[in-house]
Amino acid sequence: MQVNDNKDFQPTIVAFCCNWCSYAGADLSGTNRLQYPANVKIIRIPCSCRLNPIFILRAFQRGADGVILCGCHPGDCHYTTGNYYARRRMSLLFSMLDYLGIEKERTRVEWVSAAEGAKFAATMNEFVDAVTKLGRNHRLEDLRCKKQ
Amino acid sequence: MQRIGVFVCWCGSNIAATVDVNAVTETLAKEPGVVYATNYQYMCSESGQNLIKDAIRDQKLTGVVICSCSPRMHEATFRKAAASAGLNPYLVEIANIREQCSWIHKNKEEATEKAIILGRTAIAKVQLNAPLIAGESPVVKRALVIGGGIAGIQTALDIAEAGFEVDIVEKKPTVGGKMTQIDKTFPTLDCSACILTPKMVEVAQNDNIKIYSYSEVEAVKGFVGNFTVSIRKKARYVKEDICTGCGLCTEKCPQKNVPNEFNLGLDTRRAIYIPFAQAVPKVATIDPNYCTKLNTGKCGVCEKICTAGAIDYTQKDEIVEQQYGAIVVATGYNPIKLDNFEEYAYSQSPDVVTSLEFERLMNAAGPTGGVLLRPSDKTHPHTIVFVQCVGSRDVSGCGKPYCSKICCMYTAKHAMLCREKYPDTEVYVFYIDVRTPGKNFDEFYRRAVEEYNVHYIKGMVGKVAPSGGKLKVQASDLLNNEQLHIDADMVVLAAAIEPDKSARPLATMLTASMDTNDFFTEAHPKLRPVESPTAGIYLSGCCQGPKDIPETVSQASACAAKVIGLLAKDKLTCNPCVAHSDELMCNGCSSCANVCPYGAITYVEKEFRQPDRTMLVRRVASVNPAVCQGCGACTVACPSGAMDLFGFSNKQIMAEVDAICK
Amino acid sequence: MQEAMKARAKELLADGSVNRVAGWKIGEFSYDITPAIFETAEEIDRDFVYDDFCGANLSKYLISQSRKEGKILVFLKPCDSYSFAQLLKEHRIIRENVYIIGIECYGKADINKIREKGIDGVLGIKESGSSFVIDSIYGEATVPKMDVYAERCLVCKSKKHAVYDELIGEEGDVVPSSRFDKVAELEAMTPDERFEFWRGELSRCIRCNACRNVCPACSCENCVFDNPNSGIANKAAADSFEENMFHIIRAFHVAGRCTDCGECSRVCPQNIPLHLLNRKFIKDINEFYGEYQAGENPDEKAPLTNFTFDDCEPSIVYKRGGNQ
Repeated sequence: MQVNDNKDFQPTIVAFCCNWCSYAGADLSGTNRLQYPANVKIIRIPCSCRLNPIFILRAFQRGADGVILCGCHPGDCHYTTGNYYARRRMSLLFSMLDYLGIEKERTRVEWVSAAEGAKFAATMNEFVDAVTKLGRNHRLEDLRCKKQ
Repeated sequence: MQRIGVFVCWCGSNIAATVDVNAVTETLAKEPGVVYATNYQYMCSESGQNLIKDAIRDQKLTGVVICSCSPRMHEATFRKAAASAGLNPYLVEIANIREQCSWIHKNKEEATEKAIILGRTAIAKVQLNAPLIAGESPVVKRALVIGGGIAGIQTALDIAEAGFEVDIVEKKPTVGGKMTQIDKTFPTLDCSACILTPKMVEVAQNDNIKIYSYSEVEAVKGFVGNFTVSIRKKARYVKEDICTGCGLCTEKCPQKNVPNEFNLGLDTRRAIYIPFAQAVPKVATIDPNYCTKLNTGKCGVCEKICTAGAIDYTQKDEIVEQQYGAIVVATGYNPIKLDNFEEYAYSQSPDVVTSLEFERLMNAAGPTGGVLLRPSDKTHPHTIVFVQCVGSRDVSGCGKPYCSKICCMYTAKHAMLCREKYPDTEVYVFYIDVRTPGKNFDEFYRRAVEEYNVHYIKGMVGKVAPSGGKLKVQASDLLNNEQLHIDADMVVLAAAIEPDKSARPLATMLTASMDTNDFFTEAHPKLRPVESPTAGIYLSGCCQGPKDIPETVSQASACAAKVIGLLAKDKLTCNPCVAHSDELMCNGCSSCANVCPYGAITYVEKEFRQPDRTMLVRRVASVNPAVCQGCGACTVACPSGAMDLFGFSNKQIMAEVDAICK
Repeated sequence: MQEAMKARAKELLADGSVNRVAGWKIGEFSYDITPAIFETAEEIDRDFVYDDFCGANLSKYLISQSRKEGKILVFLKPCDSYSFAQLLKEHRIIRENVYIIGIECYGKADINKIREKGIDGVLGIKESGSSFVIDSIYGEATVPKMDVYAERCLVCKSKKHAVYDELIGEEGDVVPSSRFDKVAELEAMTPDERFEFWRGELSRCIRCNACRNVCPACSCENCVFDNPNSGIANKAAADSFEENMFHIIRAFHVAGRCTDCGECSRVCPQNIPLHLLNRKFIKDINEFYGEYQAGENPDEKAPLTNFTFDDCEPSIVYKRGGNQ
């Protein structure tokens, strides 16, 4: 595993949140003034099943250090089955990334309901910590997109 | 060239206290495409909205980004404002700098920087937004109810009451369903027929309701508000509109040995029959499997005897096509077949009966005229053993994994009725658990134990062996930890219930989803329990899960309320953020349709011009925007990227990703 | 075998049952066998070949061929028939327009392995018991079959056809295969080792698209990498990221649809073991969701368009496999 050499390293984290549960959960953690690092930027998608693996790779290419997908808990999907498909897709994709030697801690899926503001904040804190420890993403970066 | 306006909201001090709104405004003003940027105390206030509207008009904006609270809060507000100023409402994007920025960060510098990134992300997205127009589709103001049991009857009555036309399709010759076969109902012990038959008559007499009895749904096309359904009216060889239901033919028909399904085969009927006295419609039906005339061409007794001239041996199945705005599934349940439960000797002894058969044996209109007699020798049973959970809560694979819900209560009812009518009988009930949640249910069960001295024994029956006119029941009493041997005269099995077999092919026709037990799935298990995820399909009664009568009726009425809500609309406005397929890219591989929970994707054969100028017919996907709900599952299932989603397109999401990671 | 196939093909052409025949002919070199369409008995007599270099999977050609006028005869080896069945399931082939003759197959030779044996200038190949007799400009050489069988044949998963109209030769069975051994070996490495391994392999990619063009599962009308609306249209790998991206997405798009026919690795001019990516997905699918063989059962839902309520969570990846 890589060792983080830069103490001031601030990871860029992209969080994909489904509109119905997790985006609302993120809003709730704001409403409750629960803190999590500003590194996390949220992209709203209709459902976790909208997340194309291409988007994840794209994020890494453009300089993200961690990507997290949040969706409704299995069984609670607004569209009934979306998160079940997302679950299979992400399990396989993450396993493949790991197989290629890309740090598996950079990708994560968490189910966060609209009522779980605290879980959302806790998840983000934890994830930012984990990615900070890993350091900058070198294995899936595109040198042409390197930050100045 | 894009002309984007950026509006940064202070939200009083909610945003402005942690985010430097001026810095955000100034920075975003320099973003490519941005021609106007400003900030204001409360963007959602009337003057804030006017600020936006004026800017749209004065600056000829082609896109609007509002940095404010969550879009879940005010997206609709700002879209409306944009629309009133002549900008397509879908050209508005919100950057959530309150819930997801100012409220979670304390450091002003950090929060300001993040707000700028979120603003930039929204700008990047809005550049790619397309003006979307919400489509409309008309609503046919008529509902179809599939299944004419108590669930279907109640739903139909409630919809008809609201002034809409309803058709009921019932595959049996009469409506009424399982409830017609039940003797008494728990927990009040009132007679089932007494409360049901008035409703059946009401259905028949209601001008808004048309009953297709002895009919089945053949095919379903279309979508919410606009279904076309083919109904097969099976030939009953009796002219429905002429038959008076006098019943003379059913007495004179020489073919006497037809098992009577109404009494579950415990007695016989004729080849021409009316299922029971209060049948609706009260019309005779010829059973083509047994009728001598239809099979050999000889006989014709019923035709001779019918003074009304209603008999027509040449009748053929008829297909009726009808339009509906909504479809209600009320296909109900059946007790499971007991082939997998040899240990209870159901197939060996006629004195081992199911609970539904027991209902018929207790019923005044049943095969024994309401006198409880053993089917084998027509003697009065003195010891009766009830076995609960036969095939319910069974994870071994022989039965059903779920609880059938109604058995605990009807077994208590049976036990109580036995003891009341025949105080000399000993009644044993073997149970795993007694589950009696429900109004007055536990009281009812306690009465069975306390007042009627029914022997409730926790434990399962291991074996029932017919021997010398008795049924030797071997069971364990778990609480006293002993083996019991009871010489019973009758054994009554509370067989698990399962969805009617017709439900699975129907679900395929309706593209409505089912669970592994063939119960229909609801659109949301808690919040939308009477709707199928497929728009325009509603669920009533046991087709959705095991239910007792009060629950079925309340769900049936809830279902009717949902249907009325739909039919009351003249037009349905569709969410324009739906999937669409690029035909040139599409392989027609069906991956998208396989993951679509709504059946919104169909395939058409289309001719395409090839690079070599020849024409080629290919199968391509086509999305029905009235049915698609915009989840996006198809967009990822599609390998070629032919499927995309309006409002959340691949390019839009990637632009957001790029803006965040920059 | 070849003569029986030719005879039957000519017979079917003659009696009008089929209008065209999909088979193989010699390419630039005798070992460089190329798929070909034959329309007359003369063409068949002249060019039709079936020998131990005929590894090419013909099923993909049926996508366009089955849409043409008339009927086509195709010869499918067991592994090819799975690809065909999978394409059928995806509505890509018009079944009525295809007549399938299933042919038995006990393995095909890999020219690279023959070269590794020091045999160059190959002119032809013949079977002789458990050996191949290889004719070259330098004379004849005999090598044990096991030494030069293609990797995919050494770990053959099935000698049984998923679909056919008639057979030439014997129908075999699904056989036990050790095809996941190499994947397991990689999984057992540390992430750094795996990263090094794959960088070493994928950095050789020249984006010639041979893998994409030969793959029966990778048969989109228009590839997502050629689709300007996908946002990732890209013609050449300009950066290590793009090498990774192309192969990850390609493997992901065929996940659950790839029958493991091994054509991608066969055609790769850079000899990148691409099948190890596809096999990783197949292995994971088997482990996570139960055994699944694409193309085997026309009614079974593909793993990525299916689910169960109690599927494993993506966090399973953190918990298992590989050293840290």
